[in-house]
Amino acid sequence: MPVNPDLQGRVFPPVAPYLVGREKVREFARAVFATSPLNHSVEAAVAAGFADVVAPPTFAVVVQEATLAQLLAEPDAGIDFSRVVHGEQRFSYSRPIVAGDELTATLSVTSVKSLGGHSMVTAESAVVDASGAHVVTAISTLVVRGDE
Amino acid sequence: MNIGDVVAETTFHVTRDSLVRYAGASGDFNAIHYRDDVAQSVGLPGVLAHGMLTMGIAVQPVVDWLGTKGSIVDYQVRFTRPVLVDGADGADLTVVAKVGLVDDDGARIDLTVTFNGETVLGKAQVRVSLT
Repeated sequence: MPVNPDLQGRVFPPVAPYLVGREKVREFARAVFATSPLNHSVEAAVAAGFADVVAPPTFAVVVQEATLAQLLAEPDAGIDFSRVVHGEQRFSYSRPIVAGDELTATLSVTSVKSLGGHSMVTAESAVVDASGAHVVTAISTLVVRGDE
Repeated sequence: MNIGDVVAETTFHVTRDSLVRYAGASGDFNAIHYRDDVAQSVGLPGVLAHGMLTMGIAVQPVVDWLGTKGSIVDYQVRFTRPVLVDGADGADLTVVAKVGLVDDDGARIDLTVTFNGETVLGKAQVRVSLT
């Protein structure tokens, strides 16, 4: 089944807020080989002007994940997860994520294209903090392989 | 800072342990990242690294170079080749970070990420603002 072209332009309801924990930031930092003191030491982060430890740039994917789950679960999307390959990823930041942030992500599908039997779906998850200010937008392009 | 300057060059040794650690930290438990049989069932030679782990590691030399003298405003990659992580030997990822562009907003750092002599990310670009 091909990806439903009507998905393009669809905006999903915001997902439940994600509270960024200090130990989660440290755990993620260790997992991506991040050794900067800003990622691990509250003192170092505060000295640099941040409220708490700073998350590595790609931590935003953890917040984005729940929105992509919404997309894959959409009944009329026609996206078979077993055929999905992650093609491209982008993050556009207004500021870094720090521990203590309560982040809310909202997904919109910006593009659905067909290319030689495959489909390419581009989805943007806009992430805002508790005050509603933009923090980061995570943009994924998923390639959905067609029937062989 | 001039176009073409290499700001960082680092090699990271990734093992299956790294993949398990990343799975837990990120919540991405797709079994192709820890089970050879599952990876082989979808036509892969064996377990491969999460693309997002490669992306996460690749930006670290830029993070370290930047320190507190600026911030990352945009980071993008294309996933072009899988990084196969051998159970015994792991995989070495080499990151070369080079200045691609300098303008009023800051700079664009271009990343070349290689595994086994081949690049695994395309158009890997980090936009930084400098304070």
